[in-house]
Amino acid sequence: MTETFPIRISRRFLRVWQRNLKVYRKSWKISFIPPFLEPLFYLIAFGVGLSGLVGNIRYQGSEISYMSFIAPALIGVSIMYNSFFETTYASFVRMYYQKTFDAMLATPLSLEEVITGEIVWGATKSLIAAAIMMGVISFFGLIRFPGGLLILPLSVLGGLAFGSIGMFFTGIVTNIEMFNLPVFLFVTPMFLFSGTFFPLENLPHWAQQAAFLFPLTHLANLARAFSFGQIHISLLWEIGYLLLFSLIFFPLAILKMHRRLIK
Amino acid sequence: MLNPETVSETRTHFSGQYIVQAENLLKKFGDFVAVNRISFQVATGECFGILGPNGAGKTTTVRMVYGFSPMSGGSLKVFGLDISRDWRQIKSRIGVCQQENSLDPDLTVLQNLEVFARYFDMPKKEARKKAMELLDFIALNHRLNAPVTELSGGMMRRLVLARSLINNPDLLILDEPTTGLDPQSRHQMWDRLEELQGKGISILLTTHYMEEASRLCDRLIIIDHGLILVEGKPEELIRQHVGGNVIEIAGPTNELRSFIQSHQLPYEDLGHRLVVYCEDRGELYQRITRDFCTEGCVMRLATLEDVFLKLTGRELRE
Repeated sequence: MTETFPIRISRRFLRVWQRNLKVYRKSWKISFIPPFLEPLFYLIAFGVGLSGLVGNIRYQGSEISYMSFIAPALIGVSIMYNSFFETTYASFVRMYYQKTFDAMLATPLSLEEVITGEIVWGATKSLIAAAIMMGVISFFGLIRFPGGLLILPLSVLGGLAFGSIGMFFTGIVTNIEMFNLPVFLFVTPMFLFSGTFFPLENLPHWAQQAAFLFPLTHLANLARAFSFGQIHISLLWEIGYLLLFSLIFFPLAILKMHRRLIK
Repeated sequence: MLNPETVSETRTHFSGQYIVQAENLLKKFGDFVAVNRISFQVATGECFGILGPNGAGKTTTVRMVYGFSPMSGGSLKVFGLDISRDWRQIKSRIGVCQQENSLDPDLTVLQNLEVFARYFDMPKKEARKKAMELLDFIALNHRLNAPVTELSGGMMRRLVLARSLINNPDLLILDEPTTGLDPQSRHQMWDRLEELQGKGISILLTTHYMEEASRLCDRLIIIDHGLILVEGKPEELIRQHVGGNVIEIAGPTNELRSFIQSHQLPYEDLGHRLVVYCEDRGELYQRITRDFCTEGCVMRLATLEDVFLKLTGRELRE
């Protein structure tokens, strides 16, 4: 069916966001633990365990410790995970099993507002995770301030990008198990090959080119630049890529959810 | 209880005669026509029923009324407003009990109402007050902080009803409100709905329980395959289509069949069972029991169920 529909978004999407916040606050003590422990685990495993083998590495012409190389990237990974898993598995449960969206659509909320509220909530979870991780990591002296604070707005932008593509997948999967596909074909390769654990220059040329399509590559680059306090104009390209990525997948997510829910 | 005059002043800002006006309402899913250009009106303050077997198009019809499903054709006005243009205004004045349980399992009983009130942009204080009032109304005030997953089926349905009333709706849409409930819960639900009717709220109800329709509906339509078969008041429909009484005969003999045929009475032959519709006050029944069958023969008042089965047939659906 090719029924056209006008975009109907008002500030009411915040009502949906507030609903998720209310549920989150009921279990915030548990929700706080993963972003708190995750960087510790990674820093110990990779930073302490592996850095003996790796030593210092060369990044953009200067010698830095392996720990300070991966720490900002870990924040980037967490930004990706938090919004992507929120708008895939968690949103799917609300939509499919709990019929939460159906109930909302019988109120003055529009579908666009429901989906926007969900994606913005995903970005909020990225922000919370990034803030907690920054706290832990700066305890090791691995983030330089005040430049490092830019990671907070960055986490919102990254959260919107990954939240939008996550919601896009939610619009097209037939069942919850199908999320395994985007996780193993999209999220896991990004986790490994976005300049997160080793510099992209170590990869063959074609792989480097491919990695530039990954939004996580840009998110990790930006997080690294911000925590090293290396802020320069060329970063705008990376921000632009994340913006573009969001601007493509946000309307696509709404379109797919519209096809899925409005019958 | 409020009298009708105060009701129309305080409840409804809409002064028209009809709260819902559907004309040639059409809904297609691909090539399949689910609702086939039906027209009906719901008068302000009445309870209007949409009856039909499974798959008749009941839910599809009400979904268009509350702006969930876009129409494929025709026109639909609610409160005199156009659903495709003024959808937000219309939806803010409607309460909906959907067929499937859509209570929020992540929240408690009270939170379900408060969070829902927020979707209507209701201020927090007002929402709390209204929520407490409604929990009294549905007798759930002792379970305020219970997770909804702990409630029984009947309690959940009552909570769905309370949730649909949170915005003081002018029109309440109930999609099979008592399906799957035990008799106690069903009667409890009917009592609550009758109380609401007394307060002058307009109701649009779908059901396939004829007892429910007879009890609650002022007027109703029976639909099947997306078309309206009949429209009218329950008692009128019974009189027109079935008559006053029904005689049911188990294991009819051929002599009895020719006897009924010779009297030119409307009847249905189900093979092992004969259903005869008549205005009889007892003479015919006495003759049948005396001359043709000694047991397995009963006479009862005609009900809406007789009308329903006569019009929609007895084959299984789905």
